[in-house]
Amino acid sequence: MTACLPASAPEPVFLHPWHAQVFALTVSLNEAGRFSWPTWVAQFSQVLARHGLDKDLDGGDDYFTAWLETLEMILAKDGAAPAPDVERLRGDWERAYLETPHGDVVRLAASQNT
Amino acid sequence: MPHDHHDHPHALLPPEPALRVKALETILTRKGLIDPRTLDQIIDTYQNKIGPKNGAQVVARAWSDPGFRDALMQDATAVVADLGYFGRQGEHMVAVENTPDLHNMVVCTLCSCYPWPLLGIPPAWYKSDAYRARVVREPRAVLADFGVALPKETAVRVWDSTAEMRYLVIPMRPEGSEGLSVDELAALVSRDSMIGTGLAKVAK
Repeated sequence: MTACLPASAPEPVFLHPWHAQVFALTVSLNEAGRFSWPTWVAQFSQVLARHGLDKDLDGGDDYFTAWLETLEMILAKDGAAPAPDVERLRGDWERAYLETPHGDVVRLAASQNT
Repeated sequence: MPHDHHDHPHALLPPEPALRVKALETILTRKGLIDPRTLDQIIDTYQNKIGPKNGAQVVARAWSDPGFRDALMQDATAVVADLGYFGRQGEHMVAVENTPDLHNMVVCTLCSCYPWPLLGIPPAWYKSDAYRARVVREPRAVLADFGVALPKETAVRVWDSTAEMRYLVIPMRPEGSEGLSVDELAALVSRDSMIGTGLAKVAK
């Protein structure tokens, strides 16, 4: 796993920024009382089990993919983030990235920002 | 808006899940359900402040101070909270101690429950199907993969974490570590030794 790295090289806590973001989102919502941690664990365990049916999960990207699916499911169900809204904003962000010159800070366009 | 991709390449498009996370974040921020600054604080905490060093301090103190060790074994939740390592999810903490007769290992077979306040975010292998499924079935084979060989007479016990219950393994204090300070001892305590997939390092 880390055999090729010097012993002092720390393993990154999160492999990708979005892993950290979706983790923090979930912890923040839990702390704000949106859902209890046992509720989260029960739902997340089910998603992980389903994803692990036809392949072995390696605990990296696939783990946070299941994490994100769980969060989307919970927020769609309780109405905080309905699926159509997520699809729309996802498209808005994609456009924002494609239309922002490299090096500039990517923001949603003013027309999308309402 | 006209946009020349060759002269002005656009910002690098993040992967699909990253876009979806940004969508969620935007929706929840607009509804006032989250504060982006809180998210930054949470990430900073887990990236820079919480990690196996916390657990190593607890282990080193348990090795050095019999009164602390007894309190820890009796009610780890209270002792750990006294040190300022709070369980964010309100879980209970249990310390399990390795002895020549018993080696403890920790897993979460359902997902990835883990003592965050003491060890930080779990490594990928802890979250992998391979570890979660195998450690219960063949703990000694898993230990061998980690380069750990236990004496035959040492029994292995595997603790399955839950949303409410997290475990910290207190590894055996290595021989030759007499007289070391708590900080020197803490340096011998690896993350893996507190999950049970490793042993404490040998004192030099």
